[in-house]
Order: sequence, then C-alpha cells, then structure tokens
Amino acid sequence: MLPLAQVHIRDRTAQDPSCVAQNGFCPDWIRDHIGDYMSPLLRHVELTVVSVLAGFVIAFALALLARRRRWLIGPVTGVTGVMYTIPSLALFAILLPITGFGFVTGVIALTSYNLLVIFRNIMAGLDNVPEAAKDAATGMGMTDHQRLWQVELPLAIPEIVAGVRVATTTTVGLAALAFIAGAGGLGQQIITDIVFKSNIVTASVLCILLAAALDLLILGAQRAALPWRRAAG
Amino acid sequence: MTSADTAHPEGPSANRQAATLELRHISKRYPGSDAPAITDLSLEVAAGEICVLVGPSGCGKTTAMRLVNRMIEPTSGDILVDGRSIIDRKPSELRREIGYAIQQIGLFPHQTVAENIATVPKLLGWEKRRVAARVEELMELIGLESAMAARYPAQLSGGQRQRVGVARALAGDPPLLLMDEPFGAIDPINRERLQNEFLRLQGEIRKTVVFVTHDIDEAIKMGDRIAVMRKGGVLAQYAPPAELLMAPADAFVEDFVGADRALKRLALQRVRDIDLWDVPIVRVGDSAAEARRLAAASPIQHVLLVDGERRPVSWLQPTDLTGDRVEYHEGRVTMVELDDILRDALADLLQGQVMYGVVTDHGGRVAGVLSVEIISEFLAHQASGQIDEAPTPAERLA
Repeated sequence: MLPLAQVHIRDRTAQDPSCVAQNGFCPDWIRDHIGDYMSPLLRHVELTVVSVLAGFVIAFALALLARRRRWLIGPVTGVTGVMYTIPSLALFAILLPITGFGFVTGVIALTSYNLLVIFRNIMAGLDNVPEAAKDAATGMGMTDHQRLWQVELPLAIPEIVAGVRVATTTTVGLAALAFIAGAGGLGQQIITDIVFKSNIVTASVLCILLAAALDLLILGAQRAALPWRRAAG
Repeated sequence: MTSADTAHPEGPSANRQAATLELRHISKRYPGSDAPAITDLSLEVAAGEICVLVGPSGCGKTTAMRLVNRMIEPTSGDILVDGRSIIDRKPSELRREIGYAIQQIGLFPHQTVAENIATVPKLLGWEKRRVAARVEELMELIGLESAMAARYPAQLSGGQRQRVGVARALAGDPPLLLMDEPFGAIDPINRERLQNEFLRLQGEIRKTVVFVTHDIDEAIKMGDRIAVMRKGGVLAQYAPPAELLMAPADAFVEDFVGADRALKRLALQRVRDIDLWDVPIVRVGDSAAEARRLAAASPIQHVLLVDGERRPVSWLQPTDLTGDRVEYHEGRVTMVELDDILRDALADLLQGQVMYGVVTDHGGRVAGVLSVEIISEFLAHQASGQIDEAPTPAERLA
C-alpha cells in the first residue's frame, strides 16, 4: 500500500525531478502540491475542534457536578488522569475493535485526552474566584445558580480558556496519530510518504501553523470577551 | 404618569420606611465546637438607627450580623424584621431586602461600577430604565462622577471601591443594612472621610443599620447604640455611646472602651456644641490705637486680622500695631471648623502647637476662638455632670 501511495504522490511531480527523486526538500514541489494537503488539513481541523468541544462539554458537566460534591474531584481527576497517561497508540488500538475504523474512534480517543486538563482548569478557575465576591453575591440574594452563572463562571473564564488552549494545542499534535484509527488528518499525509522530506515538512508545518492559529484565535476571542481583564492590566 | 415618577421611583426622597430589628434569645453553636459562638443574644434596634456590634476578635459580632440575613442559621432563638420572623423566609428573597456590605467589599471584578451597583435591582427584576436611573442616582449620592460608571473595580482607588460597595448595598433601597467593617481596609484618613460621608448619607436615607467593627472609636463615632460583645457571643452592654463611656457596665466593657474614655467623649461633640470665646477682629485700615486697646482687653492679648469676607488672615499682637492704621500682616492661623468633632479640633491645636484655634463656619468666616482651655473645662464639666443627651451620629454631622 505504501509504495503505491508514494507513486501516487510523486507521479504528479513537475520540475526538478532530481530533488524529488532524492527525497529532498523541494520548494517547487511543495508549491505545486500544497493543494493536496488541504483536505487532510481540514480533516485535522475537524478532529481537533470536535474533540476539544466534546472534551469541554464533558469536563464542564463533571466540573459542575464536582463543584457541589467536592468528593468527586479526586475520582474524576484520577480517572481522567489515567486516560491521559494511556499511550495514544495503544488507545487507538484498544478502541478499534469497539468503535471501528474511522473518524469517531479518533474523536473518542482525542476527547479522552482533553478531559483532565480542561476539568482541572475549570475547577481551578472556580476555586480561585475571590471568597469576598462569592460571599457578596450570596449575601445580596443571588441563588446558587445565579451566583454560578453570573459571578463564578465569568470570573473563571481566564483559567478555563487557558485549559482549552492547552487542550487544543495538544490535540493538534495528537491528531497526527489519528490516522491509526482511520480518522485521517495530516498524520495520514505524513505516513503516506514517510521518506520524502518535502512531504513531511509540509504536513508538519501545517500542523504547527494550525496549532498556532487555533491558539491565537482562542486568545483573541478571550481578549475581546473579557474587557475587565485588560482593565486589571 | 410623569417622567419624574418613572425615572426616580426610589429616590432618596421616596425612601422605603426603615425596619425595626429584633434578636430574641439567639444562640449559635457550631457542631463539633465546645464553646458557643453566640450565647442567648437579645437585641432591639429601632427603625433608622445605627446599631454597632463591637468587641474583640472572636466575640461573635460578625456571626451575629450574618444571622440577620441568614448567611448563618441560629441554633435557637428568633429574629424579627419589622416584627416578622425571618426564619420562614426564603433566604435569597430575604437577602435582596437587606443591604449587605463587607470589609473585603467583594465587588465583582468582571463587572463595571454601574453593573456592580445594579446587582440587587436586577435580582429584584426592575425594568432596565429604572435600574439605570437608580444607578445614576446612587453614583451621585456617593459622590462618584458618572464617567466612573464604566470603570472596572481594578481601576478604582480603595476609597472609591468602598463607596461603590456601599452604593451597591443601598441599590435595592433596603429598609435594613448590614455592614461588616465596611471601612476596615482603608487608610485612616480616607476611613475618616468615608465614615463622615456615610453618616451624612444616613442623615438623608435613615436606614436601620447593623454595623460591625472591632474599633471602639469607630463604634463611638458611628453608633446610635453600641452593643459591646465578649467571647462566646455574650452581650456585655448595649447602650448609647455617651452612656457606654460614662457608665461602663462592668470591668470588661471599661477595659475595652479604654482608659482614655474621657478623651473619647470628645468624639461625641462638635466644635459648635460648646461655648466658644469671642475674638476681637480688625481689618486693614482700622485704627491701630483701637486695635491695641482691643488686644489688651482680650484674654488672648491678640487681635485677629480678617479680610473683607471676615476670613482670618493673621494674629496681630500690640507690637504689630505701631502705626496709625492697621497694616496687612502675613501670618499663620490654625483654623478649625464649626463642624469638626472636638477630638479632631484638639488634635489640630496640639499639632499646630498653638493655644488658640480660629473657628470658622462653612464660608470660612470667623465664628469664634477655641482653646485647649475651653476643651478641658468642657471635659471637667461633663465628668461632674450628668450624661448629656448626645446628638445622634447623623445629627452630629448634619
């Protein structure tokens, strides 16, 4: 399978056949073939965004539960911590017989890696809300629900977003292995011609750029959404 | 309906009636703790009065205050606001009717000044326009420019934050206000200013206030009545400040009030409350001979040179009055105001190292002379006499 794919990629090569033939770094080749990477890139974005969103939703629900039932913090941290330490290669392999070969399996694995960091940051954010603000909120007659949504969560946003940023960057990297589960992505592109430098560099640089772009996007959104943080300097 | 009706339905002029507060045999014991936090505490606060809870740390004063809005539930006993027990009230609804200001202020850092002040009105479900009008009104009441409304707490000074905290506590126009060391985290100069501002405000709004402090001087200054508490939440004495100073109930209160309680009484009176000396006044161009005669006749042996508006310029002694006419002399005059409290006025005299201070009115015009002598006479008179009916804190500032 691999040699065939290699041929498939390379048979569209144009100029400078010597560079391509020597598996070198060939800017001309990259320029001509960058379009071939758009579809894997898009898939990579899908994998990352869906996994981070799913991880956030689950971690958020767990955090809301653990906020009232503090005893849950230990078990949740423990379980998500174990998930975090499973080698990704192994996890994809474990999931394959259960969820099959494809996008969903990739997402499940990537999501499980996000839970720990997002959960921990939501809890830290909630715990760091100033006691006085919470006391004032309750003392002025906010219900628990009102206090959570109007005071605690808004004040926890910086830490929550920090967790989402780490999760996003990590997921972009891990998603490069999702091809093992048959979920595609830029990793698929790398493995297709693992000896060809131009191919590896192109896919890797796209990975890095993607991570940086998503990180900046989240950071920008946070800045725009939190004028009070700028005020605090 | 006129626009004024809708824009200022809760204006200071239309304040809700202040509530009475009564604590009946309240006890509080925390599980797993041997000593009770509050022991059989009974206390009545009349509508529109400031009740100060004061005592050493661990005396349960903050606990007692927090019982009133059910931030803490009593083990036994009852609390009545306007004669109605609060025990069967839904806590969040009860709290929206009770102003709440704490030492750490607890402003919401992610909300602007205006949003912070609007907290309770929003919880009460007021219309947007009414909330906005109320916020504007309170900003004015606490003396913050309207430009500050869009600022965040991090952009305010400590004193401004405290003011916003008080405004936020008043926003829902509560008939009862709880304040836990609201000026505790502020430097002494600004604390003094905020205390005066609050008393002036209280003169207008006449809320019933439960005020917690560990500072006996603040208690004496702020309280209509003072509840001195001791360890275990036991009420040692509940009395107006003058009575507390003149007749401490026991050794604990006497000790807590301090050995200088005679001096502390000075904090209860203003310069305008005592008899001042007249001062001979001259202006530039007056006859120097006449001025010399006035100086000689005065116990101060000086005349006071004033400007056309009767504002003090300098003290003149006979050697300054050599020519035909009184001439202009540059000078330094220690001045106190009619509205200053006696303790501060005395401090000014001592600081200026002068025997006499010129008392001025609001316009800066001379109203008389205050001397260390007058103050000591006043103290001697009070010690020998009965307890005078001291003015309420708000009246003292009025």
